[in-house]
Amino acid sequence: MIDWVSDLLFWLVFGVVLFSLRGKRIFWTVGALGLLLLFNQFFTPGFFHIQVLGGHLYGSRLDVLNQGAKVMLLSLGMVLVIATGGVDLSVGAVMAIAAAVSSRLLVTEHQPPGIAIAVALLISILAGAWNGLLVAGFGIQPIVATLVLMVAGRGIAQLITEGQIINFLDPTMVYLGNGHLFGLPFTLTLVLAMLLLTYLMVRGTALGLFIESVGDNDEASRYAGINAKQVKLLVYTFSGFCAGLAGLVACSNIRSADANNIGLYLELDAILAVVIGGTSLSGGRFYLVGAVIGGLFIQTLTTTFYARNVSSDISPVPKALVIIAVCLFQAEAFRKRFGQLFLPIWEVLKPIRTRFHLSPAERHDTPRP
Amino acid sequence: MIRLGPKYVPLLATAIVLLAVFGMGSLFYPNFGTPRVIVNLLNDMAFVGIAAVGESFVILSGGIDLSVGSMIAFVGILIARLLQAGCDPFLAMAIALCVGVLAGSVMGCLIHFFDLPPFLMTLAGLFCLRGLGFVIYPESIGIDHPFYSQVLPQLSVLIAPKAVLPFTAMCFLAAVAIGSFLGSFTRFGRNVYAIGSNENSARLMGVPIGQTKIVTYALAGFFSALAGIVATFYMQSGNPASFVGLELDAIASVVIGGTLLTGGVGFIPGTLMGVLILGLIQQIIIFNGTLNSWWTKIVIGVLLLVFIVLQKFISRRRAGIGA
Amino acid sequence: MAPLLEVIGLSKSFPGVKALDGVDLRVEAGEVHALMGENGAGKSTLIKALTGVFPRDAGETRLEGKTIAPSCRAEAEAMGISTVYQEVNLIPHLSVAENICLGRQPTWMGVVRWRAIAQRARAALARLDLSLDVNRQLSLYSIAVQQMVAIARALDISAKLLILDEPTSSLDRTEVEELFKKVRMLRERGLGIIFITHFLEQVYEISDRITVLRNGCRVGCFPTKDLPRIELVSHMIGKAVQQVEALERKRASTATIRSDSPTLEARGLGKKGSVHPFDLDIRPGEVVGLAGLLGSGRTETARLLFGVDRPDEGTIRINDRVVKFHSPRAAIRNRIALTPEDRKAAGIIPSLTVRENIILALQASRLSWRRLSLGEQEKLADRFIQALDIKTPSREQVVQNLSGGNQQKVLLARWLATEPKLFILDEPTRGIDVGAKAEIEKLIQSLRQNGLAVLFISSELEEVVRQSQRVVVLRDRKKIDELTEGEISEEAIMHSIATRT
Repeated sequence: MIDWVSDLLFWLVFGVVLFSLRGKRIFWTVGALGLLLLFNQFFTPGFFHIQVLGGHLYGSRLDVLNQGAKVMLLSLGMVLVIATGGVDLSVGAVMAIAAAVSSRLLVTEHQPPGIAIAVALLISILAGAWNGLLVAGFGIQPIVATLVLMVAGRGIAQLITEGQIINFLDPTMVYLGNGHLFGLPFTLTLVLAMLLLTYLMVRGTALGLFIESVGDNDEASRYAGINAKQVKLLVYTFSGFCAGLAGLVACSNIRSADANNIGLYLELDAILAVVIGGTSLSGGRFYLVGAVIGGLFIQTLTTTFYARNVSSDISPVPKALVIIAVCLFQAEAFRKRFGQLFLPIWEVLKPIRTRFHLSPAERHDTPRP
Repeated sequence: MIRLGPKYVPLLATAIVLLAVFGMGSLFYPNFGTPRVIVNLLNDMAFVGIAAVGESFVILSGGIDLSVGSMIAFVGILIARLLQAGCDPFLAMAIALCVGVLAGSVMGCLIHFFDLPPFLMTLAGLFCLRGLGFVIYPESIGIDHPFYSQVLPQLSVLIAPKAVLPFTAMCFLAAVAIGSFLGSFTRFGRNVYAIGSNENSARLMGVPIGQTKIVTYALAGFFSALAGIVATFYMQSGNPASFVGLELDAIASVVIGGTLLTGGVGFIPGTLMGVLILGLIQQIIIFNGTLNSWWTKIVIGVLLLVFIVLQKFISRRRAGIGA
Repeated sequence: MAPLLEVIGLSKSFPGVKALDGVDLRVEAGEVHALMGENGAGKSTLIKALTGVFPRDAGETRLEGKTIAPSCRAEAEAMGISTVYQEVNLIPHLSVAENICLGRQPTWMGVVRWRAIAQRARAALARLDLSLDVNRQLSLYSIAVQQMVAIARALDISAKLLILDEPTSSLDRTEVEELFKKVRMLRERGLGIIFITHFLEQVYEISDRITVLRNGCRVGCFPTKDLPRIELVSHMIGKAVQQVEALERKRASTATIRSDSPTLEARGLGKKGSVHPFDLDIRPGEVVGLAGLLGSGRTETARLLFGVDRPDEGTIRINDRVVKFHSPRAAIRNRIALTPEDRKAAGIIPSLTVRENIILALQASRLSWRRLSLGEQEKLADRFIQALDIKTPSREQVVQNLSGGNQQKVLLARWLATEPKLFILDEPTRGIDVGAKAEIEKLIQSLRQNGLAVLFISSELEEVVRQSQRVVVLRDRKKIDELTEGEISEEAIMHSIATRT
């Protein structure tokens, strides 16, 4: 009985949120997530089941929130980098470095958790700044520049852990990835806090405007007096910081630092999350909340597989299809060629579209998180 | 055919690095320079090398292929499963090669016809093939077939006392030879270089862009599948979870081999040198015993950085002339 | 005998604009035929229609008497019409020999024959009396040599008609002479050459006949030796010349001599490949016009003054202080503003809103990243939307959806918001409807009255004459004249362009 009520409540809230977003780009991202959840509501028994144990909430949706924290944190950094027209391939490796540094300091060097976390984050920031220096200072292509750290970074992480998997039990570290706050996973609080911080940083200052400007038209931005180099250096540094945070969460999840596997392929998930969230790969307008929800979508996909006892190893396949689908929708050439095909369907849906203000042409692009 | 110019500088640097690494190894470790070690090197790096040949073409055309590692794993489990089901090994290999060409062509078509970024499309290929490998079979399968256990060992060649060149190494060298030929002696190869150097000019000069690009990705798919086949020779098994991140090794080999990541400049023999450098570094670290395997990644990362910065300075200098 | 090339009644329209209207062109074999016209005349459209880049709407093309209709550049090349562009569209990383033979390499059973390529390339270059190391990378050679290689390639594809599109823009004097030597040689051999350029002197040096286009129509075709410069200029600009030869120059006697110290003082400012060293003063409350034909160096001048390009020589003084601009930021700090010529590439940020575009420069000029509050931004945006009458459904409209004129107004608003002391306007009224044009001109005058120093760059002479208190005339990248208040008129400017050196 309780289950029905809580499910209904969930869908009610979801429906209201979705409806209020109509006409905005994020509508489609949230809608996609909704479809996936809807699928699970009907076809995956127990997905929406919520248990209360020891004052904490458990369930598949909460798993999504908890496990998805890493991608969501990465996507906050990645979205800003992509918005400037670049990309950061090294975030997975930086995660491994952060995990390695913190575990090493904690266990081998017997440092307090505060120091371990602080130093790990500092090193992640430096790693990001390194990427920023290569891209902004030397003018090296972002894919190329971040590839270096992507390759070398794991080696560095392994060097720090001396090839071992360092296990730790320190309660503070363990709390990061596994703890609960107000009944919900602590990682959720962390993600929300980072989202708030990022929002304040980019929308609370002129930085967000500069990022969008540089990504949309680099030359015109320089003519307008924007210090494009400074902006680019900053976003890569911030991406490093996000990766460091994600790395700490990752090693906390497994209570150990596995330099080989932490963050493996997560940079690709992060890029995918950003693209699903509505930000174009070529840069310009970015959508913070969209990127986070994109991360949720990816994690929901993975968790759906898990809940249906399908090997998560197969989950990359739908990811691949999503990448292709999103790219095609964003691609002009595709829209032109197949616009002809889908035009009649689009026209038939017109009354529905205008009724619910879904048409892209009518909305005004207001900046939003 | 000796040509001079800044595009040879990275190749020269590669050769110097190769000699330096080899020299260093021989200096510190007495048995380093023996034919046996060299043969082992070629054997160990065979599948990375073959994949790197295909990757070279893609990078020369100005693109990139991230699906290589997944393709090798996919082909591996595919062949293992087919053999387990009683399929003839040659048919299995033929199927694998067809899959490679098909996958490459699909990616190439998406990239050309819809102007989609190669990075993302081959990323989709990476995900797709990786997942499909698990669909074929979720775990590793050993290969127990007379072709592998009896015929294959016979196909090796004795080239020096105590140095037997296995079939895998021969495939590697053959791939490099074919790749070099295609790159330097066919119109297709020259078109690839043209497109990578300046696609717009190439179009104006009448180079068939679409055709060339799609064939390039199909070729890369072919070489990746071939690498997968050779990997089954090497591992005597197929494992869908294997070779994660191998594309990075392939790309690193290509860059360290003197090919510009932006395209248009580079040589297949350079890629061979790049692969050998990678292998030698690994060998040195193994020989050393005290250094650990992760140093390989760090050294490769540093080499990559050096070459990237070198490439940047060369292109800056060139931009200053006649601009 | 039929002319080599005959274009009859060529017309081509694009959405909203008729680029070519019934244009005729006749080029003989063994002739250098110059094609001239100002911005929007239709030169590049004509060439593109001729070489099959896009299909034409009407008209006929005949090569050696036979009607042709190439559907792409490669086809046109195969028919014998080759084009060599200003940017030399060749492959920089390949060798000279490869560039000449690309796509047509001699092969034996599919295998490329390198020695044959080199031989063929040497033969092609020999036709131009050139001898180069054909195995050397193309980009190592100067642009001038690269152009020769492009011409050699065209000849190798058996060109009958060679189109040279702005070949001399990046060449120095000796290189130009070399090129002309080769062109004359080709002419002797019976090739037809279409020569597109802005450089008046070169046209008189090399061409046999000149066809002038204006606004998509053919103004006329004239034998070069019979066409006085002043007539050529007047054909291009479209102004009838009245008694120009008898024009007496009135020395500045009526002009009020301003005693204010100049806001900007440039001395000997120049950059190789950009503009020859020049002096320029702009005083507060004054509009200085920069006039000249297309390609004369006006935008290049603006770029030097705004810090986009760095000068090779000369100094700039702002309010008597010597300054060095390493980037536009430095110029902006010195209260200079620039609305660039190319709105789309260097001006508007297309996906951002009107409000964001307007406040952008002001925001960027602040030392901290503290955001102008939304209220401030909205007030500022509204103020300018009203003041400049920017037609937009709301201030949150995405700028790329605005018309060209309104986009320009947004750019003006952006810079007005920074309250500059010197305002450089590069073609501010290009591509704008008449109403908006008038508004912008009124705006410029009110700026002047408020004490701003203005540099007004335009290719429309009547505009320049209307707005300016002084006019600096450029030709072929050199400042050749400066007209003061009493002397300014369209005829005087055209006269300067035509006769002064």
